[in-house]
Amino acid sequence: MTREEIIKLIFAIIAEIAPDEDLSHVAPDVPLREQLDLDSMDFLDIVMELRKRHGVEVPEADYPELVTLDKCVAYLGPKLKK
Amino acid sequence: MTSPAGNGLEKFRANLLAGVSGIRHIQVRHLGKVCAGICDFDEFRHQTKKARRRGTVAGSIATFCSGEALANAGINLEEADRSRIGVYVGITEHGTLETFLEVHSLREHNDDIRFWSHHQNPRSIANNPAGEVTLNLKITGPHYTLGGACAAGNLGIIHGWQMLLQDDVDVALGGGVSECAVEFGVFAGFRAEGALAEHEDPTRASRPFDLKRNGVVVSNGGCLLVLERLERARARGARIYGELAGYFINSDASDFVLPNSDRQAECMAGALRKAGIQPGDIDIINTHATGTRGDIMECQAIRKVFGDRSGAFINNTKSFIGHAMGAAGSLELVGNLPSFDDRTVHPTINVDELDPECAVPNLIIGKPRAKDRVEYILNNSFGMLGLNSTLIVKRYTP
Repeated sequence: MTREEIIKLIFAIIAEIAPDEDLSHVAPDVPLREQLDLDSMDFLDIVMELRKRHGVEVPEADYPELVTLDKCVAYLGPKLKK
Repeated sequence: MTSPAGNGLEKFRANLLAGVSGIRHIQVRHLGKVCAGICDFDEFRHQTKKARRRGTVAGSIATFCSGEALANAGINLEEADRSRIGVYVGITEHGTLETFLEVHSLREHNDDIRFWSHHQNPRSIANNPAGEVTLNLKITGPHYTLGGACAAGNLGIIHGWQMLLQDDVDVALGGGVSECAVEFGVFAGFRAEGALAEHEDPTRASRPFDLKRNGVVVSNGGCLLVLERLERARARGARIYGELAGYFINSDASDFVLPNSDRQAECMAGALRKAGIQPGDIDIINTHATGTRGDIMECQAIRKVFGDRSGAFINNTKSFIGHAMGAAGSLELVGNLPSFDDRTVHPTINVDELDPECAVPNLIIGKPRAKDRVEYILNNSFGMLGLNSTLIVKRYTP
């Protein structure tokens, strides 16, 4: 899966979880929660949607790997390949 | 307020006077086609899309009703002391809908518990509908729900009144909500009791007092009133719809589901006593009658208190909107409040052949009727486990 495809996948999830947010100017290297109105429950929603939609399990210890878009791409890339 | 027969008092009242039912057929999981009352309202007028996604149907209804009620009352939250606003929402039940949805989602994932939502607890806790109001409208006063079966709408108003009397708050949002008509549970429960209304024409399914009534039409709805102490409402020039005059709440202590006319009569008599008035002072009795055998018990209770020569006009709102459960008490009351001004009493509809056991005097059937004097309205709301409530509202005279 390409970087663009992974970002599209992440945005599709965030768009559903935080439908009031504008995702057009999200910087890839800045923590998502600093740019968007996302709280810890929303973050759990992202983890749940990755599980439901893509069969990807993110253990709690790995939650920091989803802090920015760049980190999401690096972390999810190998898992989505499987 | 939102009801199956319209949002806002003006639209709702117009439908009550025009005899327009709000009942339709819907498809419900496991049951298929059922008669139901569904509310269509703008969910996002007073909450964000994210808040709606995270919350519940009942929370959304309560938020819409609260926002609309405050706007109607001319209370600007930007200027109000939000810590002095209390939110008291009557509910028949809360949490079962959310649990049904979650259990079905779990089944779709082969009972893998990792798919159980972290939103389940905040959605299903009993204070949810009132709590969502405070979250969405940034109200910092007290909030909680009152579990009062189908008497809950009255209980929300009564409790708000009590909190005003003891100066806990300056503004009370009191009333009730229902989200029952979304999932199969409440429908299936009534069907299992042999008490779920069925009719080819859904607009004729809810028929209290009719000989061929065959049960309850389950409905959604919500109605929250802005309650204030009279001097404060006067001081800010509020539009005052009526004055709370008396109430009574009691218990049958006799059966889980069957009503008890003696206790209902005591409830009405108690409310009259608290209001300091006589049965002859009441001009409108809005009945609780649901389209079941219980209608007879309520008529017996009315006869016990008001006799056979009462001048009170008697009507019923469920014939239009079905049984809005937790919202029934407050919705049915407000639908009658315009009578103080227009001196017209809305009817009960769908009575083709009156059950002789429900033949109380001055039952207004089919068409509205003018009444020279409307000074007091009495509103009955009764609930399972034998919970009775009566609320009396007086015309406001400036």
